Amino acid sequence: MTDQATPTRPQNAGAERIEQAIRGTKRRAALMPYMMGGYPDLATSVEIGKACAAGGADLIELGIPYSDPLADGPVIQAAGTVALDNGATFDGVLGVCRELSALLPVVVMTYANIVQARGAEAFCASLVAAGASGAIVPDLPPEESGELLAHADRAGLALVPLIAPTTPDDRLSLVGARARGFLYTVSVTGITGERSGSSAYQEVIDRARRATDVPVALGFGISTGEQARAAADAGADGVIVGSMLVRLAGGPDPIAAVRAAVQQLADGLDR
Amino acid sequence: MPASQTETSLPDRFGPYGGRYVPETLIPALDELEQAWIEASSDAVFMGELDALLADYCGRPTPLYLATRISEEVGHEVWLKREDLMHTGSHKLNNALGQALLAKRMGKTRMIAETGAGSHGVASATACALLGVQCIVYMGSEDMRRQAPNVERMRMLGTEVRPVEDGTRTLKEAVSAAIRDWVTNVHDTHYILGSAVGPAPFPAIVKALQRRIGDESREQILAKAGRLPDRAIACIGGGSNAIGMFAGFMDDPSVALVGVEAAGDGVDTPRHGAPLTVGGRPGILHGSLSAIMQNDEGQILEAHSISAGLDYPGTGPEHAWLRDSGRAQYVAVTDQQAVDAFKKVARLEGIVPALETAHAFAYVFDGPRDSTLDVVCLSGRGDKDLAEVLARD
Repeated sequence: MTDQATPTRPQNAGAERIEQAIRGTKRRAALMPYMMGGYPDLATSVEIGKACAAGGADLIELGIPYSDPLADGPVIQAAGTVALDNGATFDGVLGVCRELSALLPVVVMTYANIVQARGAEAFCASLVAAGASGAIVPDLPPEESGELLAHADRAGLALVPLIAPTTPDDRLSLVGARARGFLYTVSVTGITGERSGSSAYQEVIDRARRATDVPVALGFGISTGEQARAAADAGADGVIVGSMLVRLAGGPDPIAAVRAAVQQLADGLDR
Repeated sequence: MPASQTETSLPDRFGPYGGRYVPETLIPALDELEQAWIEASSDAVFMGELDALLADYCGRPTPLYLATRISEEVGHEVWLKREDLMHTGSHKLNNALGQALLAKRMGKTRMIAETGAGSHGVASATACALLGVQCIVYMGSEDMRRQAPNVERMRMLGTEVRPVEDGTRTLKEAVSAAIRDWVTNVHDTHYILGSAVGPAPFPAIVKALQRRIGDESREQILAKAGRLPDRAIACIGGGSNAIGMFAGFMDDPSVALVGVEAAGDGVDTPRHGAPLTVGGRPGILHGSLSAIMQNDEGQILEAHSISAGLDYPGTGPEHAWLRDSGRAQYVAVTDQQAVDAFKKVARLEGIVPALETAHAFAYVFDGPRDSTLDVVCLSGRGDKDLAEVLARD
């Protein structure tokens, strides 16, 4: 693995912890499960996060629920609604973050209005105080994320941008240059959700690689061990699995079910 | 495509409001749409085709009518811009037809739309039938119940109506469902967004297509009354008929611009749809920063209005700026005031207005009468609302 950080890229503690976790994984690619904070409730979601760690996760993506998540499919959308109905708040989910960040790096995923409601500076400060290493805001494309990126860099929080299959070549470097921690590479044109088969991961990963020097993690539509392996085969540094695990978190015996599923994904990524 | 001549762009911000708060997947499509509109709107052939359809197919220009019995009732002249007389019965076709024509020129073969009251859904279904392209309309299942006749009309026009069961099953969720569809099918699909909301360039395009309302009104009132109005009044949910009407009088400082929102049960209750009137911290909904209804956490609140078309917790970003800059004024009237005005207009003028439009009339009846001449946008007809109004008796 070649690791050449561009000297001009501001480094920060959050980005360093994330990159170390991804590059230091003992698997073929880092396993990065997504979980919805506060789903099905705050206490259970802490246990689900611990189960992810025990199952072999290298990093956790922790969702702060939002009422109108435009990048999410029905499973994560419904989980967010349940979490909010069960009393999940911003501070409540940051409580989950605090517990999990002792075990592994946590990247918080939420939407632009949750940031807007507090202001970028206070948002970053709250996340850092809760031990978060990074943040993903899928409805803040580069054109709108300048203020948040500046505050995140100052606060030592990695702001992780996304590229999509529709991102044209002349935009890749714009997004790639702003990547901190990793570049979230969307595997399909669409929203989050389980999909069968493994689409052409190679092309999207190659494009991402050309755009940035930070690790490349593939997400959206990945739910099986074979798909995770295919992503690693195509050169992904990390694999993000969300909807399948969120579905299990809403089923019977969620803690054991999530742990078993993460373990299985981890096995799929074994060298 | 010649990248030479009009290397310009559409406004993406109105003061601090507007922007493009959408997933990366959609950004290239928004760029493509912006460029396509800039080219098409300066192409005489394209605009000629749109003008001809608006004239011969839709019935533009719509009349400006002096409502004598309403005028008598309120003590000053009240002129009605008769968008209810346009084909499909509301102003929505101005926008839907223009966008569908543009999207066909862009090579898109599949159109999607959201609808609340059904007027924009019917307009989109109509434009797509006319142009021979596939159309899918997302509609909250609660709105499908409230606006059943419009659901039947869309189906008759060959459109698939997809019920949305999320949240309150109304307009907000229908917009979200349409955006998710667009994110997934952006290669061959155009999203005919029905109001002056959403990420740039939608608010600017919708305004460009709806400003015929205001431009015609200005010309007509000067010809008929020999003067400008004291007030131009329109109801406002997302704000497309209002921005269209206001656009015609924007540069006439003597004309007060009044947008009438839905107060629902009252703006002092949580059950309303009046983010501009109530104020508060701006927020991001459906791709733009604007006045929205939200709690301290930044979660979007449920709106409430008897009128499905105004039952929306956000509004167009340009309206938020017109409010802050003081150029336009925003007020709200309750469900009950709207229902009373609905009946009053029917009996005074023989016109059954849409419940949305009835909000504008409620302001004319119940609001201040410091005007000698009003132009009111009669944005649509109310056949679709009869059951809802009669059920309250």
